[in-house]
Amino acid sequence: MYVAVKGGEQAIENSQALLADRRRGDRSLPELTIAQIREQMPLAVDRVMTEGSLHDRDLAALAIKQAAGDMHEAVFLLRAYRTTLPRFGISEPLNTDRMHIHRRISATYKDLPGGQVLGASFDYTHRLLDFALAAGDDRPVAELAEHAVDARMPRVAEILDHEGLIECEAPDSDDAPVSDITRESPRYPADRAARLQALARGDEGYLLALGYSTQRGYGNNHPFVGEIRHGTVSVEFEPEELGFPIEIGEIEVTECQMVNQFKGSTTKPPQFTRGYGLTFGHCERKAMSMALVDRALRAEELGETIDAPAQDHEFVLSHSDSVEASGFVQHLKLPHYVDFQAELVTVRALREKARRLAESSDDPESSSIAAE
Amino acid sequence: MTSRKIGYASPEQTAEKRSRQRWLSILAKADIADLESLFNNLPSKPDWTVIRAPEVGMIMARGRAGGTGQRFNLGEVTVTRCAVRLDYGATGHGYVMGRNRRHAELVAVVDAMMLIPSRREALESALIAPLAMRQTQHHQQVARKVAATKVDFFTMVRGD
Repeated sequence: MYVAVKGGEQAIENSQALLADRRRGDRSLPELTIAQIREQMPLAVDRVMTEGSLHDRDLAALAIKQAAGDMHEAVFLLRAYRTTLPRFGISEPLNTDRMHIHRRISATYKDLPGGQVLGASFDYTHRLLDFALAAGDDRPVAELAEHAVDARMPRVAEILDHEGLIECEAPDSDDAPVSDITRESPRYPADRAARLQALARGDEGYLLALGYSTQRGYGNNHPFVGEIRHGTVSVEFEPEELGFPIEIGEIEVTECQMVNQFKGSTTKPPQFTRGYGLTFGHCERKAMSMALVDRALRAEELGETIDAPAQDHEFVLSHSDSVEASGFVQHLKLPHYVDFQAELVTVRALREKARRLAESSDDPESSSIAAE
Repeated sequence: MTSRKIGYASPEQTAEKRSRQRWLSILAKADIADLESLFNNLPSKPDWTVIRAPEVGMIMARGRAGGTGQRFNLGEVTVTRCAVRLDYGATGHGYVMGRNRRHAELVAVVDAMMLIPSRREALESALIAPLAMRQTQHHQQVARKVAATKVDFFTMVRGD
């Protein structure tokens, strides 16, 4: 028998009001503005845009405010909003070679054209709490060099490419279809386009842990950071009514080129292989993790043994999305009253059976029946 | 990089297309407050009819594996588009990142005005050139801040 239960409408309404009340916090303090979040928590905005799979700084800031700082919730809000908008088309591939560089480092070459440009990074801080910030004394002034940084910096991979020491990333045909996991669920094994799209919107914590697992020996592929670059690139789009591509604005992106060892195979000589990471905004840890996992997922293609979680397409891709994961884990909070009643009946019956068996005989098997 | 089918275009058509790409890019990347004030300062403004009302949507941004390889979908960006027709004929299109409807409409209006040869030169110096200059200055300012973080390696001389 299935009994439908209703109720709780008022309680739900009041819960929502209480949530808003709690989000607002102490009313004697000024309310956070969207512009403040956008400008003063840029890295939170970047993460929400990347995993929310929608580049819009104001919307991401609004999502963070509405979610009271819960990043997964903010990602969920942005994803939900995304589904309400029509898609006008597809951009030309971003040309990261023409990036206005904000930061560019390489761990494989000390001296490289354009140089090591540190940009704005936590890497060189001491990770000591800054009590001057707590005192509201935040008046930084960035140094201005006399000359601008190079307008164009060659990719590190190009340097290795000249010697044929690294595999070539050749463009696919313009007419070839490109997988889109927002339109069609990936099938396994997934192609590289589907993998990179899933990784790009995947949860940073999850990819960080998987990337870390490859470094600790679960599918190790000896990575080096060939290059990390962060900066702005133009977004180009070809409207049908114009018939030629136009630039519609600029976005910040972070790109990581991981260079990995490769022993060679029967068809390929030993050379370096690559893992690639690309995110909206400045999500450097995410781009690096993505590159590690991208390379691990190429194990089959490169004829390597598959024995680690990070190399398993279905395992990696079907658990990378925080909106899906969060939904399935949190659905456990929904009423399971009837399910649970059924379980209760079963457990009571089993216990009763075990008790009766134990009473009726000294047979030592009775204890194992109770454990069934 | 891409092998686009351009068809047969005369050098004049190609040059015209390039100029239009240039001004549309400058207008789309402009700060809306800058664009609005420069537009308001124009000595004469045309009347226009909106033929496609400003509409917010998305464009899927693509990347390439390794920066140069196989294409993949990175994620979408919000975009607003609009089309207008000036009362004296020309049709202009505006595509701008973000959700600012006014921005898309102004880009479409200025695009249409730029298509009229007699207006182009004055508009270029009153509006396009100043916007382009601001964008270059902004990039230059950022690029100088960034340049201050470039590492100068030096070699320690051993004292033995």
